[in-house]
Amino acid sequence: MKKELGISVLLLLLCAVVAVLNPKFLSAVNLSNTANLVGMFGIFSIGAGLVIITGGIDLSVGSMFALAGVLLAMMLREWHWPWPVAALAITALPMALGVVHGVLITRLRVQAFIVTLCGLLIYRGLARFIADDTTKGFANSEGFERLRDVAKGQLFHLPSPFLILLVIAVIMWLVLHRSVYGRYLFAVGRNEEAARYSGIRTRLVIGSSYVVAGLLTGLSAILFAFYTNSISPSTHGNFYELYGIAAAVLGGCSLRGGEGSILGIVIGTTLLQVLQNLVNLLNIPSSLNFAVMGAVVLVGVLADELLTARRQKRKAALAAASREARHGTASPPAEK
Amino acid sequence: MPTESENPILEMRGIGKRFPGVVALDGVDLTVHRAEVVGLIGENGAGKSTLMKILGGICQPDAGEIRIDNRPVRIHDVADAIRHGVAFIHQELNVLDNIDVAGNVFLGREPRHGVSWLIDRRRIHEQTEPYLKRLGLNVSSRTPLSRLSMAQQQLVEIAKALSLDARILIMDEPTSSLTIAETERLLELVLELQKQAVSIVYISHRLAELDHVADRVVALRDGRNAGELAHDGINHDRMVRMMVGRDIRSFYVEPTATRTAAYFRVRDIRSRAYPDSPVSFDAARGEILGFAGLVGAGRSEMAEAIFGVDGDCNGEIFLSDQKLPVRSVGDAITQGIYLVPEDRRGAGLVTEMSVRENITLPSLPQHSVSGLVRLARETETAERQRETLGIKAPSVETLVANLSGGNQQKVVLGKWLALAPKIMIFDEPTRGIDVGAKAEIYRLMRDLAAAGAVVLMISSDMEEILHVSDRVAVMHEGRITGVLERADCTEENIMQLAVGRPVAEARPPC
Repeated sequence: MKKELGISVLLLLLCAVVAVLNPKFLSAVNLSNTANLVGMFGIFSIGAGLVIITGGIDLSVGSMFALAGVLLAMMLREWHWPWPVAALAITALPMALGVVHGVLITRLRVQAFIVTLCGLLIYRGLARFIADDTTKGFANSEGFERLRDVAKGQLFHLPSPFLILLVIAVIMWLVLHRSVYGRYLFAVGRNEEAARYSGIRTRLVIGSSYVVAGLLTGLSAILFAFYTNSISPSTHGNFYELYGIAAAVLGGCSLRGGEGSILGIVIGTTLLQVLQNLVNLLNIPSSLNFAVMGAVVLVGVLADELLTARRQKRKAALAAASREARHGTASPPAEK
Repeated sequence: MPTESENPILEMRGIGKRFPGVVALDGVDLTVHRAEVVGLIGENGAGKSTLMKILGGICQPDAGEIRIDNRPVRIHDVADAIRHGVAFIHQELNVLDNIDVAGNVFLGREPRHGVSWLIDRRRIHEQTEPYLKRLGLNVSSRTPLSRLSMAQQQLVEIAKALSLDARILIMDEPTSSLTIAETERLLELVLELQKQAVSIVYISHRLAELDHVADRVVALRDGRNAGELAHDGINHDRMVRMMVGRDIRSFYVEPTATRTAAYFRVRDIRSRAYPDSPVSFDAARGEILGFAGLVGAGRSEMAEAIFGVDGDCNGEIFLSDQKLPVRSVGDAITQGIYLVPEDRRGAGLVTEMSVRENITLPSLPQHSVSGLVRLARETETAERQRETLGIKAPSVETLVANLSGGNQQKVVLGKWLALAPKIMIFDEPTRGIDVGAKAEIYRLMRDLAAAGAVVLMISSDMEEILHVSDRVAVMHEGRITGVLERADCTEENIMQLAVGRPVAEARPPC
């Protein structure tokens, strides 16, 4: 909980600064636009966080967006699939790839970094090949207006991706922080061996995290495709996996595994999007975008490390004090 | 044999050390003479480690004086300690298994070609070999450390200490991960080093070892001196009394006489270590069946095979007369077969999780409704185990990492006791656990047996094997070479069977 508190303070501070420097930050249009982005990025970041909690990593997300986006456009516009079928197929595709990743990682014992790095390269290549390296789009969405409206619409003045994120965050919060499966995710991430010796099917748990991440990636992919409306296979989703990882890490996930929370990931995502917004609103050259983001993630993680170290020191002192107290009753009174 | 009149090589006087909120050491004295082996004993938290860390330059005392060769010295850091001839062999080995023996011995002091920063490979090996010979370690200095056994790696550490011209060697629980035979060898080596005029401070929970090698035993309790015994006065009971400050009555719980017919039968299971030698044995309800043998005899692997760690164990396991499927850990747990593994922190616990979360980890489905964990139920189970096992933790929400070894082991036990075990396998149940907690664990094991469970206990601690088991099965290279009834359990018989020689009193395993 302390981690979330720290990063929330950072987020509020940042918002305050931006709002003071440029009041446009608080305009309805800007807030709605930022919420829209937070929604899209947040959904798949939760998946990235889940994988990180098991001690793994998924680098293939950005390329999956390109592959899924290109395929979605072609299904709807060129192959004239009914939109529910296309949406289902696009959600299922990253899940299937997640199964492949999970099997390679848990059964064949290839490191997650390598498996998903290869995925990053392969899916990007496939996307460009399938699309013949041309940009695919949805034009005016004739025949699948419903899908577009869900992806780009608003409800109670809130962009639908943001609402979808809220629903998913609540569900995933239950899954991660309240369910048996969630407990197992933390256990395998922290100590796979001990989890196995407790009868947990660790390979299934780890493998499945890539599938759940795939599901969330698929949902995000549809939203991103409609958001950009034209999908250039060589650039669509570039580096998005890193946004997800950065959000998760900022939100308190440890790359060593076994740590993290849904709330943290959502706040982390928000922080990153506000940062992007800051770069735009404060007229910072957009070429500095990544540099600003990198610096903030670094500062955030460093601050957390320092706080953790301090907390542990204090805890050790407390534990020592209580040990002292217990000993004090067992043996004749000491100095003091 | 040193005499009191001789000038001591080391004198620590009135050493005090406070950590925030706790007095770790309060005016402790320790004297070591030339070529003397001093046993340092005390329960965990008594201050042994802190005292040795001060001597080794790892931490600084707040009060007191250290004299080496009758001259007052200040030991600011490890380099200072080395300069004064103090070397520390830590319980957890500090070796790098990705480089070779010579590289480890001379780590940080590698001989170089002239003033360059290239390692003089010829010289480093030349300089290492004599130390290996002196320690009787028959491997090349070019052997990668990963190919050496734990015992051999420890010898490399000792070689490193000798190469630093150590005159005072601190050995912190040096035998805790050695086999019986390796332990004997190490004890001989300690006596050998003593002859070579090295003084040794020997920390161990295994009191029989001190009986064997120590010239003097010094006990600490709650950060203060708690008495010492001269050579002739060293015996088990006195050492225990000094450490705990009272008699531990019935340290070992005697078995109850009645034993029923074979209840748990294992037939032809094969472990991954010895796939070609199937193991069979019988065990009865209410008994503690000890498994003795040298490390590498395949005992742990056998236990893991029964527990389903390797998947299908190929053999058959019967409970009364019913054959059980054990193809995975999940199967074993469903059947009531549980393992308290040797590697407590690695395989037994998720130390960064709380006591509650660890205890309910194998039984989460029972603590949840439609996939969601019920905190109240978990807390109830955890509290019950905390009470029955006497787990000393401020609350069940305490992280297991913050508990002592004995209490951690109780948490592992609690995991399984919450599930009413039929077969309970203990692998080195008291390794690194202090005397008081040991007695409690023995009592729990006996209670478990008395309640009708089959208890299997793998142990490399001879005292434990001899005093806790009702029968002892001895393994050698993957096979059970014989089973000894309690009356026939002698160190002699067990050692014979452990090296694969027949013993008249031994019986077949089933």
